[in-house]
Amino acid sequence: MARTSQPRAAKPASKAAAEPPAPNRERPAEPERFKASKDQLLEFYRQMLLIRRFEERAGQLYGLGLIGGFCHLYIGQEAVAVGVQSALTGGLDSVITGYRDHGHMLAYGIDPKVIMAELTGRAAGISKGKGGSMHMFSVEHGFYGGHGIVGAQVSLGTGLAFKHRYARDGGVCVAYFGDGAANQGQVYESFNMAELWKLPIVYVIENNGYAMGTAIGRSSAEDQLYRRGESFRIPGIQADGMDVLAARGAMEAALAWVRQGKGPVILELKTYRYRGHSMSDPAKYRTRDEVQEMREKRDPIEHAKQELLAMGVSEDALKKLEKDIRTQVAEAADFAEQSPEPDEAELYTNVLVESY
Amino acid sequence: MALELKMPALSPTMEEGTLARWLVKEGDTVKSGDILAEIETDKATMEFEAVDEGTIAKIVVPEGTDGVKVGAVIAVMDGEGEESAAPRESGENPAAEKAPHADASGDPEKHPNPADKQEPTPHQMETAARELVADVTRAGTKEAADPAIPEGTQYARQTVREALRDAMAEEMRRDERVFVMGEEVAQYQGAYKVTQGLLDEFGDQRIIDTPITEYGFAGIGTGAAMGGLKPVIEFMTFNFAMQAIDHIINSAAKTNYMSGGQMRCPIVFRGPNGAAARVAAQHSQNYAPWYASVPGLIVIAPYSAADAKGLLKAAIRSPDPVVFLENELLYGQSFDVPQLDDFVLPIGKARVVREGKDVTLVSYTIGVGVALDAAAKLAEEGIEAEVIDLRTLRPLDTGTVLKSLAKTNRMVVVEEGWPTCSIAAELCAVVMEQGFDDLDAPVLRVTDVDVPLPYAANLEKAALLKSSDVVAAAKKVCYR
Ligand SMILES: Cc1ncc(C[n+]2csc(CCOP(=O)(O)OP(=O)(O)O)c2C)c(N)n1
Ligand SMILES: [Mg+2]
Repeated sequence: MARTSQPRAAKPASKAAAEPPAPNRERPAEPERFKASKDQLLEFYRQMLLIRRFEERAGQLYGLGLIGGFCHLYIGQEAVAVGVQSALTGGLDSVITGYRDHGHMLAYGIDPKVIMAELTGRAAGISKGKGGSMHMFSVEHGFYGGHGIVGAQVSLGTGLAFKHRYARDGGVCVAYFGDGAANQGQVYESFNMAELWKLPIVYVIENNGYAMGTAIGRSSAEDQLYRRGESFRIPGIQADGMDVLAARGAMEAALAWVRQGKGPVILELKTYRYRGHSMSDPAKYRTRDEVQEMREKRDPIEHAKQELLAMGVSEDALKKLEKDIRTQVAEAADFAEQSPEPDEAELYTNVLVESY
Repeated sequence: MALELKMPALSPTMEEGTLARWLVKEGDTVKSGDILAEIETDKATMEFEAVDEGTIAKIVVPEGTDGVKVGAVIAVMDGEGEESAAPRESGENPAAEKAPHADASGDPEKHPNPADKQEPTPHQMETAARELVADVTRAGTKEAADPAIPEGTQYARQTVREALRDAMAEEMRRDERVFVMGEEVAQYQGAYKVTQGLLDEFGDQRIIDTPITEYGFAGIGTGAAMGGLKPVIEFMTFNFAMQAIDHIINSAAKTNYMSGGQMRCPIVFRGPNGAAARVAAQHSQNYAPWYASVPGLIVIAPYSAADAKGLLKAAIRSPDPVVFLENELLYGQSFDVPQLDDFVLPIGKARVVREGKDVTLVSYTIGVGVALDAAAKLAEEGIEAEVIDLRTLRPLDTGTVLKSLAKTNRMVVVEEGWPTCSIAAELCAVVMEQGFDDLDAPVLRVTDVDVPLPYAANLEKAALLKSSDVVAAAKKVCYR
């Protein structure tokens, strides 16, 4: 159920009984679940499945010793990146996120091969193998990373929004961050300036319930994160991040507001990560039942699949799609395994742009 | 088609593991994401998930088996073909193949690669960090005599991780004002398990989980210290202390001076510092030179478990703010630790960890292992290196360094960190100013390469400190 702040939690269900109090200032429209055509939903499904299969394979390659360091998988959260980014305009808007970044890149249509090759640290990787899983960028796609320091992307994203406004290019920045990151001080410094200067940014909080081993209730005095902008007068929207159409619908409402020059919106998408925080997290802070329940009842991909079947898409068509994705992911993995490591001379390149 | 499930490498250091529990049995159908087994690694119990769909044809390694090598076949799965009439080769030839992407149809033409492609065998990930650890292991971790330890003292083997935990626990038992605060220090038992067990013993009033708000809790700790408490602030790693560096420097380090000695700030900021394994540029920095440049701070960076314990206890007791730099790669290394009721080492004292007459190698933290390894190689070539572990970086024990230099007349500084404006650079200056007449050769620095740490295994290797470079530098200053 989508919720917006100001007024608090105006639930459509209660509308019949009593109208919500009239807000004392304008706010974004109540979000509606996106009405996708069959083709649109099929495309969302494809993207989510690609992320899922890609991440499973990345987890496997980690187990094979081909991926090192940290590797944060996006499994379970696919509907967020796909729902949000499908609403953006390519070549105009910008996106920035933290270290859990593989899904956002895939949702942007970046070639799985160059992402996987970055994970294995190869020359063909999108950062020439120098960045790794947490540090991937594609300026061409308006994707500004890939940042390892929790919360940093929020200020940086606000800077990208500043650029959109400065250049009057009509673009909007989407800055993703987690429920844990939502507690960093720089987030609030950014909120204040973004509203003060009416910057075109949607702060997308991917609330997956945990920051590493800390459940949100143990870290957040206000756990309704969509309300975290209230004291800055930033409107908040809360929506189901396990439903790609709800995520997309909420993003539409947020974007409409921001594109009109009315300043930032906080979009809290409630989601869940199925895997540990990173590959080395045994995830003992939650029960297996909790994870199973989410997987079985709330899975965004399974939901989309059921909806597609109800829309009349054939099982065969979905099977074919599934198979194509497996092939695509297998090709990416092979590419990532087989392509060569960076040339040793790359060690010294890109430290500075110029020579002095 | 038969798919072999192999023992995965679930942590960078894992060589083998225990197959603790199977969550599936032969004949079960599984799909991607299903948890197949629980595997105990050297660090934790991890879940092992299916990546392909199929039926568990055979469980090769029964649950409860210890010492299962990474890469060993633990089960065989039949790739499920719901609509396929293709015959299954159920495990007759399990070694032969692993279809990396069994799909619903099992139709080989649709695969980019034929099904006979050999899936790579799991192995440990490549990382130069392992070389650093190997240097430490080769260097031997028998404690050399420490003047601060009484003769006849008994020793026990302990990891650096345990030594640090014990230091905190002992100080907390002794002084109620001591508390530990940081991210994941309590319920999770520490992101790197350094605070393991502390919550159980001391409760949540004294072992405190924080939100991810380094600047905030570093400030809260500093304020609490100004108020008279003795906080131990853990940064998950020192990379994240950058968020909080203002409080460390502007609030903690300057308080005593600015207040004319009226206001104290007895706080310890601790956590892992320096490069770890393949975690790339933002997570692999050595901040020792940064903090060591600040008057009003004490900076400690121990190598051995004994020093970690004795110096952390001293740090907690100190009335001054201390930055205590640990090293993730050392946490799991075992050393001899003196069994004393209250083992506290003096702050500000370096230690000669190996005696020699030909060249002095000076280092700290993990670099000490590298220097010791180099010293062993040099000995084979007839060069006797003296190795000094600085242990405290501010105040720097220049006396011990200069004394050694007076004996050997040659010096190489070994540092896992950037060369520019480093501890090594500082030592070069000290030697120029105070030891010039003792020098028979220029002082050389052996450090990481002066670039952000790259992710790729080969570049990481090229970037990090190497004992072979130390050997070369030592020979050069010995004109050999
Ligand atoms: C400044 C900083 N502090 C701590 C960390 C270590 N760390 C990495 S991810 C993480 C948890 C973040 O949780 P959340 O924001 O909820 O994002 P999620 O991982 O759930 O996607 C922590 C503590 C870091 N990378 N940067
Ligand atoms: Mg989270």
